[in-house]
Amino acid sequence: MCNQTRIFLGGNPGVGSLHRFRDAIQHGWPIPLEIEEHSHADMAARYQAGASGLPFAVLRGYVGSDIPKYNRSISSVVCPFTGEVLTATRALIPDVAIIHAQKADRKGNVLIQGILGIQKEAVLASKRVIVTVEEIVDRLAAPLNACVIPSWVVTYVSEVPGGAYPSYAHGYYQRDNGFCRAWDEISRDRVTFLQWMREHILDTEDFAGFRSSLPQGTMVSNA
Amino acid sequence: MPELAYTSIEIMTIAAARRLANSMVCFVGIGMPSAAANLARNLHAPDVVLIYESGTIGAKPSVLPLSIGDGELAETADGIVSVPELFRYWLQSGRVDVGFLGAAQIDKYGNINTTMIGGTYASPQVRLPGAGGAPEIATASKEVWIILKQSKRTFVEKLHFITSAGFRQGQSSAPKSADTAADCRPTRGRGPTIVITDLGILIPDPTTGEFTLSGIHPGASLEQVRAATGWDLKVFPHLETTPPPTAVELAALRDLHARTDAAHGSSIAER
Repeated sequence: MCNQTRIFLGGNPGVGSLHRFRDAIQHGWPIPLEIEEHSHADMAARYQAGASGLPFAVLRGYVGSDIPKYNRSISSVVCPFTGEVLTATRALIPDVAIIHAQKADRKGNVLIQGILGIQKEAVLASKRVIVTVEEIVDRLAAPLNACVIPSWVVTYVSEVPGGAYPSYAHGYYQRDNGFCRAWDEISRDRVTFLQWMREHILDTEDFAGFRSSLPQGTMVSNA
Repeated sequence: MPELAYTSIEIMTIAAARRLANSMVCFVGIGMPSAAANLARNLHAPDVVLIYESGTIGAKPSVLPLSIGDGELAETADGIVSVPELFRYWLQSGRVDVGFLGAAQIDKYGNINTTMIGGTYASPQVRLPGAGGAPEIATASKEVWIILKQSKRTFVEKLHFITSAGFRQGQSSAPKSADTAADCRPTRGRGPTIVITDLGILIPDPTTGEFTLSGIHPGASLEQVRAATGWDLKVFPHLETTPPPTAVELAALRDLHARTDAAHGSSIAER
């Protein structure tokens, strides 16, 4: 079981806190969670270092912040050219990256469109890569300068229409804001949370089963 | 003309929006900063450049986004870059005029806590959402604006945890030669230059870096502001009263919220 989590922000879009995460940190339920906290700029730099095969990354980060006091992956380095003290942050090399994208072709080349985040860096930093896509197509037809992940750095591609749910896939379907609001209530209480998990996750076979377990009309079908 | 009825959140949002100039580049946090920045864009600052940390530069959303990752930010942006590029080329390089942040708590030196309250770091009484992009936004922007509701719970003498630095410990944390707030600023930027609340406006004392009341919203009293501040609040001699919202400002703000509610399916923003 994984009880080490690296987070940089825990939140529910437009709603607020993640109650289960908070309960785990504050009360150790269901198990105590060990966390290692980084800022967004730092996490982005760590993935870049991992993707670059470098042991650490440099940034001008955390000036005056208490975060580095509680995190052994954050240190400092002196610039050999100017003498400036900068933040050094350990490379992140995940065992596996799982991302969701719009399309892959039959060879496994992947096209990501819209907000890219740190997906490309996470893929290139990781030892194995699983990409779920809205659809597998004969020709990717990627525009010039598009963000394409070549097949030879991808371990598996799986066609999972609606796989970003309850979030969105740009060009395919919108985020289910109603679900995000409902999740606030479902996840607030341990009992209702466990009931929901049993009904929709633990007792369903796969993603299609999860989809069909949701109330009708909850998920807009793949366009 | 009869006085318009408005809420304290509305005047807070409007007071913040008024300060955003058309020529500025603003790195915007979700929630109240985003509401104020988009109100400014809908009023007097149509060309203000709004950057959301998902990598959307020059976003022009028609409704307030629920998260930094909303699709409309991408569709309306001048350009979309990766998150590493955003933080390196666009933020840490010093291209952002205003870092516009919300906060769970601040102290009198404009330091921000969004990490934890009470107990220890490993076992906090209250676990807050975390840093997000704020530690670097707060120190790499040319200046930082902070918007939050004012209460004894949110305005504290000393924070349990500094997530994002303002003037740290004020004058005492500055080098010996320092005699201005600018000398105890965390980095090359000017640090936090204003705190906008539902009761008034605070700006740092130029000598000590301590946030001091410079303006008060109509309807709020000095006693009320003092009672909502967890430190012994100092007041500038010429306390200004915020001009009340105009009909145009209020209509634009309410229209923005109505459009947002219609688009997202229900009420999402505090007002």
